[in-house]
Amino acid sequence: MKFTVLLFLLFLSINAHSAPHGDALFATYCSACHGSDGNGGVGVPIALPAFLDSVSDDYLKKTIRNGRPGRIMPAFKTLSDAQVAAIVKYVRGWSNKSPPRYDKTKVTGDIKHGEKLFETHCQQCHGKDGMGGKGTGVTFSRKRDLPIIAPALNNAGFLASASDVMIRDTITYGREGTPMTSMMVAGLSEGDINDVVAYIRSFEKSATDLKQRLNDTVKEPATITVDSPYGLEETVENLKQAITDQNFTLIRTDYLEHGLVPEGQENKKQVVLHFCNFGFLFEALSVDPRVGMFLPCRVTIIEKNGKVQLSTINPKRLSHLFNNHELDEYCERMYKVYSDLLEDATL
Amino acid sequence: MNANAVIRCCITILTLCIVTPIFAGDILMVRSKQDFPEAMLTLQTSIKDHGYEITRVQRIDIGLTGMGYKTDKYRVVFVGKKQEILYLVEKYPVLAAFMPPQISVFAEEGETMLITVNPNIYADMIDDEDDKLLFKRWESDIYSVFDDIRDAED
Repeated sequence: MKFTVLLFLLFLSINAHSAPHGDALFATYCSACHGSDGNGGVGVPIALPAFLDSVSDDYLKKTIRNGRPGRIMPAFKTLSDAQVAAIVKYVRGWSNKSPPRYDKTKVTGDIKHGEKLFETHCQQCHGKDGMGGKGTGVTFSRKRDLPIIAPALNNAGFLASASDVMIRDTITYGREGTPMTSMMVAGLSEGDINDVVAYIRSFEKSATDLKQRLNDTVKEPATITVDSPYGLEETVENLKQAITDQNFTLIRTDYLEHGLVPEGQENKKQVVLHFCNFGFLFEALSVDPRVGMFLPCRVTIIEKNGKVQLSTINPKRLSHLFNNHELDEYCERMYKVYSDLLEDATL
Repeated sequence: MNANAVIRCCITILTLCIVTPIFAGDILMVRSKQDFPEAMLTLQTSIKDHGYEITRVQRIDIGLTGMGYKTDKYRVVFVGKKQEILYLVEKYPVLAAFMPPQISVFAEEGETMLITVNPNIYADMIDDEDDKLLFKRWESDIYSVFDDIRDAED
């Protein structure tokens, strides 16, 4: 009997570790952001021919491995080399051209001159210091006819994935079907383009700042919690007033056990206030449509052993979950709103 | 080591080997090829099949369009099991602000995105190792629900 089980498990094991299927891996790990057919969504449209035909397999593999710290794309460290290769092979199937190969030659140039050229020719799309275009997701921040958001060139993941020669060629020839035009056509010389590459490569020095910022957010407490000197009812009323005073709309007041127990049998000492500022909400969703996971805004008020306590999620702690540093500012603002509300309600 | 012990050892190793590695990110996302209403229906069915209750569906898009903003369909679905939620909130007040957990669902043209936080992040907020296992199970269940979403025919 044990030998039968052993043989069966051996059979399953061989199957599980046989050649990985790129289509299934793409569906599991990539399609949520990049779309089922690679046409983009929260993530960039990687099926775009001008993109696929101008990036090497090495770039794609390193991008999967390194991700883009602070720009949503996670680093897939646990995938095997075979799995990464299978995903890249599957993605390659969307183009009928052979992938380019770039050698690892270092491009040298005048960084100062490159900076000036960058400000004139690149900054409008790629942002100051190469921080990239704003927003993500066709749902809120992008019109469906806009194919791509300018990538963050100062991103550690990008810099670790793109070779100097690939960057140089992209600047030289541009990417058809995207706002990235040929800088050679725009009048830049070969030397000018080398200077811009050298400037972009110089961003590597600032890449560690982001890592420190991400570490700092993890040290934040998970919730903002305040004890109220008032009774439950008075605290709830104070909070309602504070919500209105902060220009938020109270959506509803219910009990934490709503929907879990029959109506009328909820614990009346666990109250939740749901509220929203739709202008602020729209701004946040435009930056990252995934923030809905923590919407609408809510404060939970619990009376236990005669003590009343208010608590909310701590947006500063949660901001790192999104791997989107554009959200940091909104999380800071929301942290202040929550803190002020809880303070106002318990003064 | 006798033959039985060797076989037992082999079985254990092989069992560990055939467990498909999963990407345990902090945010779990899945894309459904179904349009929004169908994906919502698949989600609701799968959640119930896994023994969870939908405690509320919050319509984010209605509020936005009501204020003049343009948006696709966007809902937040609150999900939980009565005994587990009540137990956790009672024992760990720090979790009250996160309960019940929620899944956001929004349309992307003819497809639908579903996103939730990995329940395992709550394990970092408590100390009891046995209770932490509960979040492992939630994580496993949400993977299973998302598998249903991914596999659903459009």
